[in-house]
Amino acid sequence: MQVTTQAFQRNAGAALHNPALQKALKNIKIGFVRKRAAAVAKLPEFEALREAGRELKNHVLDHLDFYLEQFETKVIESGGQVHWAQDAAEANQIVLEICQSVNARRVTKGKSMISEEIGLNDFLEAHGIRPVETDLGEYIIQLRHEHPSHIIAPAVHLNREQVADAFQAHHAPYGFTERREEPRALMDEARQVLRQQFLQAEVGITGANFCIAETGTTVIVTNEGNGDLTQILPKVHIALASIEKVVPTFEDVSLLLRLLARSATGQELSVYTTFSTGPRRAEDADGPEQFHVVLLDNGRSGMLGGEFQDMLRCIRCAACLNHCPVYGAIGGHAYGWVYPGPMGSVLTPQLIGIEVAGPLPNASTFCGRCEDVCPVHIPLPKMMRHWREQEFARHLIPMTTRFGLGLWAFVARNPKLYRLATNLGSWLLRRLAGGKGRIRSLPLARGWTAWRDLPVPQGRTFQQQWATRRENQS
Amino acid sequence: MNEAREQSLATIRRGLKRGPLDGTRRVELETRLAHPLRHLIPTRAQGSHSEQVAMWIRMAEYALATVDQVARPNDAPAAVAAFLARENLPTAIVMAPDAELAALPWESQSLLHIERRAARDGDQVSVTTAFAGIAETGTLMLCSGPDSPTTLNFLPDTHIVLLPTAWIVGSYEDGWDLLRATGEAMPRTINYITGPSRSGDIEQTMQLGAHGPLRLHIVLISA
Repeated sequence: MQVTTQAFQRNAGAALHNPALQKALKNIKIGFVRKRAAAVAKLPEFEALREAGRELKNHVLDHLDFYLEQFETKVIESGGQVHWAQDAAEANQIVLEICQSVNARRVTKGKSMISEEIGLNDFLEAHGIRPVETDLGEYIIQLRHEHPSHIIAPAVHLNREQVADAFQAHHAPYGFTERREEPRALMDEARQVLRQQFLQAEVGITGANFCIAETGTTVIVTNEGNGDLTQILPKVHIALASIEKVVPTFEDVSLLLRLLARSATGQELSVYTTFSTGPRRAEDADGPEQFHVVLLDNGRSGMLGGEFQDMLRCIRCAACLNHCPVYGAIGGHAYGWVYPGPMGSVLTPQLIGIEVAGPLPNASTFCGRCEDVCPVHIPLPKMMRHWREQEFARHLIPMTTRFGLGLWAFVARNPKLYRLATNLGSWLLRRLAGGKGRIRSLPLARGWTAWRDLPVPQGRTFQQQWATRRENQS
Repeated sequence: MNEAREQSLATIRRGLKRGPLDGTRRVELETRLAHPLRHLIPTRAQGSHSEQVAMWIRMAEYALATVDQVARPNDAPAAVAAFLARENLPTAIVMAPDAELAALPWESQSLLHIERRAARDGDQVSVTTAFAGIAETGTLMLCSGPDSPTTLNFLPDTHIVLLPTAWIVGSYEDGWDLLRATGEAMPRTINYITGPSRSGDIEQTMQLGAHGPLRLHIVLISA
């Protein structure tokens, strides 16, 4: 997909002025934030499980090579195939060749962020294969030629009227000519249209929430059942996974499952958790004849041993998006690539380069809620700071900002100068305010005053107050 | 793409500042895989068996499944017929070709029309058993096999599951222990199912029956 991370500020401005988007974003707080809080409150062991989850993922990352090799061995033993891909181009090629080997014209797809990351749909379409997204949200945005705005609720930026428009524009060939706006009716319509796609597809592609080394099993977690129809009906099942998804055993997956749904949707457990091992057995009455796992690296192996290793603990629950004030204000598309919100602000610069993704780690208030709700304790604010440091060190920050920061640092290191500047500054601001408590417009600071008033400094500076306080104490 | 494989493994090892694992560390990890360790198990999953059954029912209903209880296996066919009549559902059933299911007195329910096979498009009601019930979240654990095709769990609008209470365990880990104890190879597909299919993708408003069943009904058999 086209990267627009560089235009983050413009994207964010447009998002703030988009009434339909602002209306849709209000649903997140009701839907996700409250439900998570309720689910966490019902499980007294939740905090202890988070600690255990962090330790488990750290253990996996410390031995990632071992567990990947074990996983591969077990997939092959159970009759499946493993394909390793260094980057998006290799992964796309692997999937294409599998599809071509069975003369596939149509593939159904379960929701997969890896598929978004590698741009699989565009690639398959360019080679004459029609990918059909089957997760309801993914299907809606595919009809609208959009990308997900959220990693678990891809159409969270839309309202029912927009869904109705999309269905009306595309469903006439299936006999649906009447416009319907009720969520129930819209879903029934999608269910009927997509049921035919499930039955006609030659290949089904899913993601993988986990890959279990013990048995070579891939795991998907869904609420709709679309991932299951995607993988049990066609002849071929391809699971797309990134290398950090491997976990040792079923006991380890059980731990992470207790964290995942509660953090994501606030459910006790998602409706469907499906464990797939190899192709169908000789005596089975259904299931795919071929089972392929594509293991994508795409720069992740290079994160080990560095300051971003902890990011590889991420289990893609989206709690950090749901609790982020920046995400809540602008939605996911403004971030300009596949992964939005705090986890995206850390991961995106790694995957596409800090040169283009520079605005993202700066799109944070550092309020710390993302880290507070992360089920595996990823220090997201700290890692965003690492990126900011790298930007500064690599001279990627605009000249004006660098100059401003340099000037501030110089003044801050000279106490006399600092006192003089702050005294002068507050005097000047009081003058400009003309007796009022706030300033509506300030030259050189329109980036602030265009959106909000600037409060006028009240009373004395902190240093003055501190000095008085110490005098009184002595 | 063996090159990609070698490159990833080499980069991982460079990052971890070591070569391929060998010696004691490797043996430790192999032991960890062969004898999986349990992490913290929530207290709610560790009650007595009767507490687990009660919790399973409570959690399954919380997930919007419906639950009926009967005393004996032979009562199950009547309970299934009664549920279909009560909900005004079709009486044509596609049933898992399972020996224990077949042994039940279905002929006593003359209105039911039963076919024993995998599911097809257009099937309205399926009846299966489950491998286990998991109390902590009211979850069903189903394993694919010749006598339990996975399509039955997803294609029909209504999925009815017959589950003896004796098969209810506390935690996910208890379920895995049960499966390992069978000594059989890992089935192609294991489904954890917790309530009927749903989606909140339109305005975060939850609707049942997105792609899988609209209704999940469990007949619990006490004896």
